[in-house]
Parts: sequence; structure tokens; C-alpha cells
Amino acid sequence: MMRALKSFGAFWYDFVIGDDWQVAALVVAALAVTALLVHAARVNAWWLLPIAAFAALAWSLRRATGGKS
Amino acid sequence: MNDLPLVLTVFVACAVEAIEALTIVLAAGLTRQWRSTFQGMAAALIVLAAIVGVLGPTVTLLPLTALRLVIGALLAIFGLQWLRKAILRAAGYKALHDEASAYLREVAAAQAAPVSSRRGISDWYAFTLAFKGVLLEGLEVVFIVITFGDNQRDLGAAVVGAAIAVVVVAATGIAVRAPLAKVPENALKFLVGIMLTSFGTFWGAEGAGVKWPGNDAALLVLVPVVAVISLGYAAWLRRAHRADTAAGPQAQVSQAEGVTG
Repeated sequence: MMRALKSFGAFWYDFVIGDDWQVAALVVAALAVTALLVHAARVNAWWLLPIAAFAALAWSLRRATGGKS
Repeated sequence: MNDLPLVLTVFVACAVEAIEALTIVLAAGLTRQWRSTFQGMAAALIVLAAIVGVLGPTVTLLPLTALRLVIGALLAIFGLQWLRKAILRAAGYKALHDEASAYLREVAAAQAAPVSSRRGISDWYAFTLAFKGVLLEGLEVVFIVITFGDNQRDLGAAVVGAAIAVVVVAATGIAVRAPLAKVPENALKFLVGIMLTSFGTFWGAEGAGVKWPGNDAALLVLVPVVAVISLGYAAWLRRAHRADTAAGPQAQVSQAEGVTG
């Protein structure tokens, strides 16, 4: 039972999060900040998610190549 | 003849949504597996028909914003994963054909445990991508038809406009499928990563409440921007990789150890 649950969890983790969980975390955090800016501060922050996505990708690539680039 | 403006308006609006769905379907089918992609598409159409059948015109009350937020976030995460791998391959940090060994491992595992065939879907990634894309865009098509048809009190004409749009876009998809299949594998994956990241960013931000400048036309800017920046990253890493290769084998080994994906 535990093995089946672990396997199920591992499948979904790998499926949704993939190789780098920090990229997924950054995307979710950027969406949360965007929603806050739009609804609480009335700022149409359409630019935030693209910037966060490019930054997350650059950071992930840098770590994947050993931070030497 | 009086219906023509309504039919044309709905045609254009639905064609935009259908093209977005087609992009996702082509991405899943060309780079993953067509069978699971078609299964995902069929499942989405069944769910869509069931939703429309059960809810009828009240379907417009569905929380489309929340759906955009969740689907957008997932697509952006998927897209960034694809881009990351495609860039690492293009730069020489990852083998171009490492899927071959992964595929063989998966085949061996599947043969060892034939019972765990995951409910007849062999590629859940392709299935889910196609399902999400077709369901979200299908719902948007339904919203457009009901909104425009209801406003003009001519639902029939709106349905005709939407049906023509879906048929034209589907026929275009069938026509471009073969030429696209000839594109080199990593280039195709690069392209898919760009499209998924762009659409995911667009829908996710929309779901968070953002109003994009130019509405759907913002995608015409977002896609090239994502492409240019990703190609820039690839060029930057390729240069760094060449410099390290020239520096000696020790540098290559320590870098290869850093590549986890």
C-alpha cells in the first residue's frame, strides 16, 4: 500500500514538477505575486510572469551547468 | 445574409482559440506520441460535450479564470522544463538523443510489469497536454458562441461560424503535420518549449487577473520574445561550453556532473 502511494506520488511529482522544483516554485510564486499586485494594489502586472519565467530559466540553466557559465 | 457579420466575428474569435488548441495538440503529438494525444483530445471533447449538455447556457458561469490560472501555471512549468532540456542539448551539455536510452529503459520496465499500463494511456504527458489544451480552448469557443449568439439572438449563426473555424483549423493542422514531422527532434522540442512557455505565461497571468496589452494579440509579441531570449541562452551556454571544452577534459567532467536533467 505504502509502495503504491509512494509510486503514485513520485509519478505526479515527476509529471508536474519535473527536473527542477525551483522553476515550478518560482512560477507559482510569481503568479501569486501577480494576483496580489492586480487585486490588492490595482497594478496590471502583465510583465511580472514573463520576467520571472526568464529569470527562473536562466537560474536553472546556470545551476545545471555547474554555475560556470 | 444578415447573419454574415455574426458568422464572421464568431469565426475569427473561435479560429484564434482553435489555433491555440491546435498548437498544443501538435506539440504533444509531434514530440511525444500521437495515440495518447488523440486520446487526450477525445477525452477533452467528451468532457466538454458533457459540461455543455449538463449545464447548457449556464456554462458561462464556470470559473474560467481559475481554470486559466491552473492550466497556465502547469503549461508554463512544462514549457520551461522543455526549454531547459532543449537549451542544454543545443549547447552541448546534454546528449541530443538521450531519450533513446530512456525509452529503452521504459520499454524494459513496461515489459517487466505489463499490469501497470496506467489505464490504457501509454503517454500521460501527451494525454494531459492535449486534454488541457483542448478542454480550455473548447470551453472558450463555447463561451464565445453562447455570448455572441445570445447577444445577437441568433445562436444558430454563431454555431455555424464556430464550426467552420474549428473545421478550417483542424484541416490546417492535418496539412502541416507531415512537414513539421521532418523538423529535427531538438529543434521541434525547442519550438514546443517556446510555445508552451508562451501560452502558459499568457493564460497563467490572465488567470491571475492580468489584462494583457492587446488581449490575444499579446501572444504575437510574447512568442517571439520567448524565442529570442531562449535562443540567446542557448548561444550563451554554447559559447561557455566551447570555452570549457578548449580548457580541457577536467572542466567537462565537472560540468557534466552539474547537469541533472
